[in-house]
Amino acid sequence: MSRLVVWICGSGAAFADAAQPLSPTNIFAPASTPAKSIFGLSLLVLAVTGAIFLIVFSLLLYSVVKFRKRKSDDGREPPQVYGSNQVELAWTVIPVLIVLALFMATARVIASVQGIARSDNAIEVIAIGHQFWWEYRYPALGVVTANELHVPVSDDNHPTPTSITLLSADTDHSFWVPRLAGKTDLIPNHPNSMWFDPHQVGVYLGQCAQYCGTQHAKMLLRVYVQPRDEFDRWVHEQSQPSQIGDNTSAGERIFESTACINCHTVAGTVAHGRFGPDLTHLMSRETIAAGAAPNTPENLRLWIRKPDAIKPGSLMPAMQLNEQELDALTAYLETLR
Amino acid sequence: MSTESIAWPSATAESRSFVDRLHDWIATVDHKRLGLLYIAYALVFLLIGGIEAILMRIQLIRPHNNFVSPQVFNRLFTMHGTTMIFFVVMPVMFGFANYLVPLMIGARDMAFPRLNAFSFWMTAFGGLLLYFSLVGANGLYGAGNAPDVGWFAYAPLTSQTFSLGHSTDFWTLALLVSGFGSIGTAINIIATILCMRCSGMTLSKMPLFAWLNLIMAGLVILAVSPLTAAQIMLLIDRYLGGHFFDTQAGGSAVIWMHFFWVFGHPEVYVLVIPAFAFASEIIPVFSRKPIFGYPVMVGATVAIGFISMSVWAHHMFTVGMSPAANTFFVISTMAIAVPTGIKIFNWLATMWGGKIEFKTPMLFCIAFLFQFLIAGLTGVMQAAAPFDWQLGNSYFVVAHFHYVIVGGILFTLFAAFYYWFPKMSGKMYSETLGKLHFWLFLIGFHLTFDFMHIPGLLGMPRRIYTYEPGRGWDTWNFIVTIGVFFQAAGILVFLGNLLWSYFRGKSAGSDPWDAWTLEWSTNSPPPAYNFYTIPTVQSRRPLWDLKHPDDPDWKYE
Repeated sequence: MSRLVVWICGSGAAFADAAQPLSPTNIFAPASTPAKSIFGLSLLVLAVTGAIFLIVFSLLLYSVVKFRKRKSDDGREPPQVYGSNQVELAWTVIPVLIVLALFMATARVIASVQGIARSDNAIEVIAIGHQFWWEYRYPALGVVTANELHVPVSDDNHPTPTSITLLSADTDHSFWVPRLAGKTDLIPNHPNSMWFDPHQVGVYLGQCAQYCGTQHAKMLLRVYVQPRDEFDRWVHEQSQPSQIGDNTSAGERIFESTACINCHTVAGTVAHGRFGPDLTHLMSRETIAAGAAPNTPENLRLWIRKPDAIKPGSLMPAMQLNEQELDALTAYLETLR
Repeated sequence: MSTESIAWPSATAESRSFVDRLHDWIATVDHKRLGLLYIAYALVFLLIGGIEAILMRIQLIRPHNNFVSPQVFNRLFTMHGTTMIFFVVMPVMFGFANYLVPLMIGARDMAFPRLNAFSFWMTAFGGLLLYFSLVGANGLYGAGNAPDVGWFAYAPLTSQTFSLGHSTDFWTLALLVSGFGSIGTAINIIATILCMRCSGMTLSKMPLFAWLNLIMAGLVILAVSPLTAAQIMLLIDRYLGGHFFDTQAGGSAVIWMHFFWVFGHPEVYVLVIPAFAFASEIIPVFSRKPIFGYPVMVGATVAIGFISMSVWAHHMFTVGMSPAANTFFVISTMAIAVPTGIKIFNWLATMWGGKIEFKTPMLFCIAFLFQFLIAGLTGVMQAAAPFDWQLGNSYFVVAHFHYVIVGGILFTLFAAFYYWFPKMSGKMYSETLGKLHFWLFLIGFHLTFDFMHIPGLLGMPRRIYTYEPGRGWDTWNFIVTIGVFFQAAGILVFLGNLLWSYFRGKSAGSDPWDAWTLEWSTNSPPPAYNFYTIPTVQSRRPLWDLKHPDDPDWKYE
């Protein structure tokens, strides 16, 4: 039945095949419990609505073809029928029963996804939406990072769900990684929460799903699901101060004497800004500008010189540095591992 | 009942100067002229909103396209949504209601002709105010011009902090001003239907068109009032130091969502119930049968009206409501599928056993039935809140509500245009061009909006000015954009047909469809006073009774 339903929605059985998803953000390729609960419900809903569609579509098509005016028409009016209470009753009661069944199935999934008790071994993360990037804080682990969320994989023997508190620093945003869970909004002054327990290691993609301003489109989400030991190693590295040489480099001096430090933090230095992403371990991230570009020296340099070339309308200002300063600053950022 | 009319002083009217005739239109309080003004005004904005849609689709034809900047794209989708809802569909529905309700109930005009003119001009100036933002909104800040906060303008994006300059103010004032116009027209429609029916026309003998517009007008009053209140609160926030929606000072972004959607969802029914009204008049005439289950159709629409007031938070399943609240809005939303389904079944039963004539209006109505069925079913999918946690704010939603608004409402609107064009202009449209329009638009509609569901299922959120390659969205977006050009071609054929037929079309006569409601008993176009003598009716189909004295309806009703 489920295969039939999946076929109805357009693209054959491959649509629901998690190993070869049509898209890294396919909602029909769930990889964690909440996404799987939703997937199960969606199959039921698709089956019911699909059946209704086939029946009513056929009836409509039949009546349009069968009762068309023929060329041989005698010009007389057809029998005038005004209605039938029995028929009306039938097509009222049957939909009511269908709606009740769908409602009960839906209510059960709402309770199972929203009503879950917090687990003791859950990883607690605070996600804060900013225009136009994501801040992640792990209060129990002493880690602060941006745009690339790292979580451990969860299996039946060692369930380690991730529980996320969702906050916003400015406008509304929405956290949506389709293969892990449905979306939940980040609303200022209105803390929300969500959870998932990824079953497979890998990188899961998504993006902001609530319009939040000019660069809503490039507020991308990346979730790195890692084996537990790899995740612990990552946590250990992230909780160290950045490894910087004893001598203050030219690039560091530029960083600390320009507006950079108004917005960015580098732990262990004078840079304590919180408006932009924490750069303490910048080079441990694969992307910059909330996933808009790969983290390469060329892109970093371009991002400082002309942010609009990568993400027009982002709140990162063009820093107006000369070529030597740009080289030195990029070299400094390259040391933030 | 007389179809004869007294002489209309046309000779003197023809010879008057252009300025005099313009003055006649601007100063008119005639419901028919105001109806035509509403309709013409909506057609102009339909073109503007359509061009905005085309620009957006060109930008999205491939990933990382640079056709427009993100700033411009955000203004385009804000203006497209605001224009199409408030300055196309609402005015055009008011226009048809204005033109047809008095004719169908055998009245000489609306109950309050001057309020009618006032309401139209409020709506018209509201629309002009929205577009005046393009030149007027820069303010002192050099900030953006047209509004870019989205058509539902979620707080706190609309606060002074995030929306510099005056673009949001133009948006707010445009909706405020046109909102007064909408409420005025709604009061007028209600008063007209309740007080101006001709002799013999009890409520249970009114054409369904009048019933459905009565319910629509009631919904307008209930829905537009909270929107107007919210706009005033937003203005207080922006200029008088209020904190209703100012989250940085303890205000609530969620309260705006409630205010907006307690307007926004009934608004969907404000738009679609008149579309049902068109279908309920046109399908019987071209099936040659009375509407099946008239009392049930009225009851189902009343039920839709009531239930539609209790479903608004299904737009908010992802904002973190409690499981109990989510569950309530699931059942209320699914419940509305029942009366809506009943309506589809009744239209089906009206065609059943009839002799269906595939004239252009009927073609559009048949396409409406198929498309509205699909739109309703994708609506049920999203009513299942957990499924909506995935589908909400994705392109699936965009496809769903365009299926309702284009596939449902716009298709029946085209049907209404072709069906009543002979009455309004006195000329018959070109059936060939009408069918060409139908097929072009049908192909374009399905290319665009069928395929638009798929990127939504594959994780593409709405309101993004560009997207990443490698997400499996490219092909679908390409097809969607191609479809838009078919739709645009269809619209051009439609406008060409209206103009050509108006100037070159054959005379239509007073009753070209052999129809049954009162507007077909008077001249085409009707004289200013509508009826030579006020008619008396005995059944829901007075002209059937007249044409079939041996087998009149009043024997059965």
